[in-house]
Amino acid sequence: MTEYVLILISAVLVNNFVLVQFLGLCPFMGVSNKVETAMGMSLATTFVLTLSSVLSYLTWAYILVPFHLEYLRTISFILVIAVAVQFTEMFVKKASPVLYRVLGVFLPLITSNCAVLGVALLNVRQDDATFMSSLTYGFGAALGFSLVLVLFAAMRERIAVADVPEAFRGPSIGLITAGLMSLAFMGFSGLIKL
Amino acid sequence: MTPVLIAIAALLGLAAVFGAVLGFASEKFKVEGDPIVDQIDDLLPQTQCGQCGHPGCRPYAEAIAEGEEHNRCPPGGQDTVDSLTDLLGRDAMTVDDDGAEDAEVNKVAYIREDECIGCTKCIQACPVDAIVGAAKLMHTVIVDECTGCDLCVEPCPVDCIDMLEVKPTLQTWGWNRPAGIGQRPDSRIEVVNL
Repeated sequence: MTEYVLILISAVLVNNFVLVQFLGLCPFMGVSNKVETAMGMSLATTFVLTLSSVLSYLTWAYILVPFHLEYLRTISFILVIAVAVQFTEMFVKKASPVLYRVLGVFLPLITSNCAVLGVALLNVRQDDATFMSSLTYGFGAALGFSLVLVLFAAMRERIAVADVPEAFRGPSIGLITAGLMSLAFMGFSGLIKL
Repeated sequence: MTPVLIAIAALLGLAAVFGAVLGFASEKFKVEGDPIVDQIDDLLPQTQCGQCGHPGCRPYAEAIAEGEEHNRCPPGGQDTVDSLTDLLGRDAMTVDDDGAEDAEVNKVAYIREDECIGCTKCIQACPVDAIVGAAKLMHTVIVDECTGCDLCVEPCPVDCIDMLEVKPTLQTWGWNRPAGIGQRPDSRIEVVNL
């Protein structure tokens, strides 16, 4: 049990995918103008990341390793992620039109979110990866992504009305803010040694 | 030779299984869409820019089908508005570049003081006593009291009153209230600056 808690904290804070490993920066900069859209994106990403992390672990453990096809991991994980996103979209569209409207355009965008592929690949790099550990890792990564995305969106909504020098308006001040947040998250390094 | 064949077979198998799952899902989770919404959606430019106030083109198409005005799409321009007019059989409209944004902007009255003739008509019209001045003397607006109601513009015989936009500052900015019954566009949660 302690192990999973450690994985979770590690993925959310210490090795945060956006601010420490610099994965998934595109949605981080792209959909952080409003807190509502950031929430929608976080929800969709959390779901897909967890699901695809588990599915790619299963592909790894039951197809790629037994046949000694480890070198095919990138292409097969991309396949798994694309299918997971497509299936999720169809299912949500049928099961909950309201949720579908909230997630809207964000669901298909997740296919190209590199954090999703990053989680799948980093997962199987550990020698002792298990079903539970990849589930926890994927969920933790998604939580970390959601956390910084919502925090960042909340800051950007305020920065948009603040008296920022003309040359730094818009994405420039956004990138500077992201850098400062990243520095702040460096403070967590060394909290856990895995 | 064999490892290559195994690799090809494994990937093909994976792709076949996923294809079957998606094919099954597209049948199983098929949603009978509203045909008029599809037709409207086809006419929209699919830029998903959100300038209409909806999170994407599809939600806006649904809103049009439910009666919203069909001229809120700046990327589509006048052509889109015209073809929507044809499709829906509604009155012709011109494209509205800032319809959705406009409603949320706070305004304040401003009297061009050197043109004011001191007729006191705006003072009588003001419902919140935000205009000071006396007969034959110039008037002015107390900015803090003005609600931006527009009522003083009409009576002015020399048209010297402008409605100026008030940009939110860090002091006046607040979070949007969650959508719900009785929500007005201007209702905002006061921000407490620490």
